[in-house]
Amino acid sequence: MQRELKFQREADAEWARRVSQRPGCEGLFSCLQCGTCSGACPLSIYMDFTPRRIIALVREGFRTDALRSKTIWLCASCYSCAVHCPRQIHITDVMYSLKREAIQHRLYPARFPVPVLAQEFYRMVGRRGRSSEFWLVLRMALRSNPLVLLGMFRTGWDLVRTGRLKLRGERVRDIASLSRELAPREVA
Amino acid sequence: MASAYGYFPGCSLKGTGVAYEESLLELFRLLDLPLAELQDWNCCGATSYMSIDESSAFQLSARNLALAHKASHADLLAPCSACYLVLRKAQDYMQKYPQVAREMDPWGNGNLRVLNQIRVRHPLEVLFTDVGPDRLRQKVVRRWHGGNVACYYGCQMVRPYAEADRDHDPVRMDELLEAVGVPTVDWSLKTKCCGGSLTGTAHPVGVRLNYILLKEAARKGAQAIVTVCPLCQYNLDAYQSEIRRDTGQRFDMPILYFTQILGWALGGGYKSLGFRRAVAGRKTIAQWFAPARTEKEAYV
Repeated sequence: MQRELKFQREADAEWARRVSQRPGCEGLFSCLQCGTCSGACPLSIYMDFTPRRIIALVREGFRTDALRSKTIWLCASCYSCAVHCPRQIHITDVMYSLKREAIQHRLYPARFPVPVLAQEFYRMVGRRGRSSEFWLVLRMALRSNPLVLLGMFRTGWDLVRTGRLKLRGERVRDIASLSRELAPREVA
Repeated sequence: MASAYGYFPGCSLKGTGVAYEESLLELFRLLDLPLAELQDWNCCGATSYMSIDESSAFQLSARNLALAHKASHADLLAPCSACYLVLRKAQDYMQKYPQVAREMDPWGNGNLRVLNQIRVRHPLEVLFTDVGPDRLRQKVVRRWHGGNVACYYGCQMVRPYAEADRDHDPVRMDELLEAVGVPTVDWSLKTKCCGGSLTGTAHPVGVRLNYILLKEAARKGAQAIVTVCPLCQYNLDAYQSEIRRDTGQRFDMPILYFTQILGWALGGGYKSLGFRRAVAGRKTIAQWFAPARTEKEAYV
């Protein structure tokens, strides 16, 4: 087994403190490192860092390692970790917070479909007010790996056959009120 | 007559989860419970919106809650577990964090209290508390002649912001189905995540999670899985042929909505409950639910 050494000088303790002050990320420093979250997580075996290790990286201030990880994008937001955590840390919200920062600073793994889907979803809902599964999957595939569309043919046909695939996207009528709602506003 | 429940369908119930909407409307019609669809609702934002921008994610919920308030709905039904969680989480954050509340304020006058008074509810919880197993039992007109089912609650309906059921060991779906005569099996994966949108993004991982669920349900003697969420239903339903190709194991197991089974027991129609929308286990579904020559005997 190979071990990677981490050095204090690569860490950004100030960043860790800022993260712990975000809504939902309180309690970061009360983590016991017990690993209950990693045990409860249905996806931890597919992750590059388990949830426990992500928490450890964040609170030591290893910002880039945490933000570049695939872990945060594999988190499916099932909240299993959050309801099992003995210190009531909202680990799912910590993951969300890291995802947002990774998007903001473009630190997500390249061509990894999860952040691509999130961005396409964000755009679509911002523009139309509702999401359409067909167009969403199509756009995601075109922007990450168009070849996956070939493998989706069977599933797509099954959905057409049963009347579950809607090509016409739904949209909100009063789109003006939605954009007003989503517009950035001055917060005192 | 009680005032109508506000109904927030969400995007999935208009697309791949259309059978959920059909069966929900049919079931509530059979129970004389009026549902009024929220006018001009917008997407809840699901998990993706929250990954990009927190304040607009909450503003999406604020608009929906404001629409419900304008239509004077005291209760807002969110059948999709993701919508249910997102709306409740927004309310929770509004109360806990003043900075979030300020960003959400849809009227700009700090009048957020009304948005918090709207009760966001899941149909399972409504059927359990407002109707109850006893009243359902009295209304049964069809005797069950299918096999055992495994109740699968999925993750988001029972997690931190929810009141729909117990978070580790939910039982309400089992109790409702037992009340209409459907035998359920006990299994330990009832709240294990189906992977949500991962079947689309990290495909092998998402499919594997669903394979584990199907395998365990089958091992416990279930011949069908019953869900409360359009995403769980889709994931378990749509990839069974692929799982068969990859693992050689054939499940062909019907993945149903709890509203379909309850609606069927109460006399709902085969087509209007959306049974034709299933991808896997279509033969079993037809055997269990389709009106057949023997239908007269099937009636109590």
